[in-house]
Amino acid sequence: MRTRGRTWATFTKNKSALVGGFTAALVVLVTVLAPFIAPHDPFAMDARNYLASPGGRHPLGTDRYGRDTLSRILWGGRVSLAVGLSAVGIGMCLGTSLGLIAGYRGGLLDLAIMRGVDVLLSFPGLITGLMVMAILGPGLVKLIVTIGIVLTPRFARVAYGPTLVLREKDFVAAARSIGSRGSRIVIRHLLPNILGEVLVMGTLWIGTAIIYEASLSFIGLGISPPTPTWGNMIKDGVQFVTFSPWLSIFPGLAILITVLSLNMLGDGIRDVTDPKLQV
Amino acid sequence: MIAFVVRRALLVVPTVLVVATCVFLLLRFAPGDPAVAILGDFATREAVEALRAKMGLNQPLWRQYVDFIGRLAKGDLGNSLVTGAPVSAQVARALPHTIALTLAGMVIGLVGGLPLGILSALKRNTVMDYLSRTMSLAGLSVPGFYVGILLMLLFGVHWKIFPVVGAGNPGDLGDVLRHLFLPAVSLGLLMMAYVTRSARSAMLNVLQEDFLRTARAKGLAEVAVLSRHALRNALVPTISVVSVYVIVLIGSSVMTEIVFSRPGLGKLMVDATQRRDYTTIQSVMVVYAAIVAIVNAVVDVVYGFIDPRVRYD
Repeated sequence: MRTRGRTWATFTKNKSALVGGFTAALVVLVTVLAPFIAPHDPFAMDARNYLASPGGRHPLGTDRYGRDTLSRILWGGRVSLAVGLSAVGIGMCLGTSLGLIAGYRGGLLDLAIMRGVDVLLSFPGLITGLMVMAILGPGLVKLIVTIGIVLTPRFARVAYGPTLVLREKDFVAAARSIGSRGSRIVIRHLLPNILGEVLVMGTLWIGTAIIYEASLSFIGLGISPPTPTWGNMIKDGVQFVTFSPWLSIFPGLAILITVLSLNMLGDGIRDVTDPKLQV
Repeated sequence: MIAFVVRRALLVVPTVLVVATCVFLLLRFAPGDPAVAILGDFATREAVEALRAKMGLNQPLWRQYVDFIGRLAKGDLGNSLVTGAPVSAQVARALPHTIALTLAGMVIGLVGGLPLGILSALKRNTVMDYLSRTMSLAGLSVPGFYVGILLMLLFGVHWKIFPVVGAGNPGDLGDVLRHLFLPAVSLGLLMMAYVTRSARSAMLNVLQEDFLRTARAKGLAEVAVLSRHALRNALVPTISVVSVYVIVLIGSSVMTEIVFSRPGLGKLMVDATQRRDYTTIQSVMVVYAAIVAIVNAVVDVVYGFIDPRVRYD
């Protein structure tokens, strides 16, 4: 209990982590509540009010069909956050399992898994994602799976290193000596020990996933209109960048605020959990 | 050292081979027939069969694979499914644009980021430190293409200082450089964020080392302590981290090329995906794999050069 108190104290002293956590929570709240707080229907077209400047009835202006930008950003945030969270969830499950298995089993399986992970890691995630989406075609579920796959080797790497160390610990030998099976050791003894680290990286990589979503949607391989996401809103806006720059600027700002707050939060949690920094 | 370089260079081949195989299998096992995907759902059976034959899809899988790898070994990247032109020629035209952009971005990132990160570590917890940390964190939190759009708005649309479309007239060096400027800065700012962050933390780690106290104790001037003892040791981890980000940079160059319509490798790839030009996608992926493998090999060699411990394992 005392350690927990100290951890919390370190965390609350870290101002940027607090600001990040607060902002991230706010972003989640606002997007979850989008149906209640968005001033307009995100799909409703206002033919007489297209490409309106920010202000008045439309605080952030309207797009070429007269759709309200603020409402679309709020609704788009639901999609972007959902993609980020689900993709990280998929990558975390797959990658952590692979890293644990490779680390605990060792031998040929280890070699095969981690070699594959290294090859994938040496490749830019965006290009891997681009290629997979090019084959699968645009779509929400496909995009989530693709980004999840891109993140999988990263989680495998994070899980693998500590597993190698933990495998040699006495408590694992003890568990083995009383006859625990490999699967039980991995799930009950190894997983809880590496989960903290994995979750911290997960927090940081939600931001990465959101940026991948935006990038792929910007290229036109992610989520197609009319469903708003921050990425395809920027793409839509770019065509009018000379006279309605806000159409691209505002969704981009939404990405910046969200990812920045997640990074600040993730950095803060890492500072707390990294024993090397707690001197 | 030479043995190390040769060994590392030889490792490039299997890496490219693995990626080529993955790409090949991915395209073959993808849901749907590529020929139907290209021609559309209303194509006649004959047309689909003709295209399948042209693409070699009616051959057994191992035959296709052997053909593909055999042609790769000869440097033949196949012909575009859409235009019929050899992909190698397109790649040769696009590659210089991508290399110029990535190199320029890297130089900007290093020149800006190294001093900023080191200063930030030396002046820890001052206004300067907070500013540079906030800036680099913001740089990590923003999609690279968004920075490109903002730069385009400011310097291309609002002030009209720099051109924002294309790569310029290839015969006119000044024109090429002017077209390179905004994309390179947009990529460079991203790199700068990474470099600043890693240089700062590497420098902070070194500053705690005992050998710095020893150096000071023997009466060395502070400048010498910092430049000869601290900086050189801080550069080793920084370079290894930076090498990882060079790969990220290559990925981001795709987006930058799209924003600024630069006719580079990334634009070639994205255009191919939009036209479902599978041979071009496949070949460009292999070219990217080769670039990535070569960059990794060069980085390892450079790293072995700086830190002799690396060579002996």
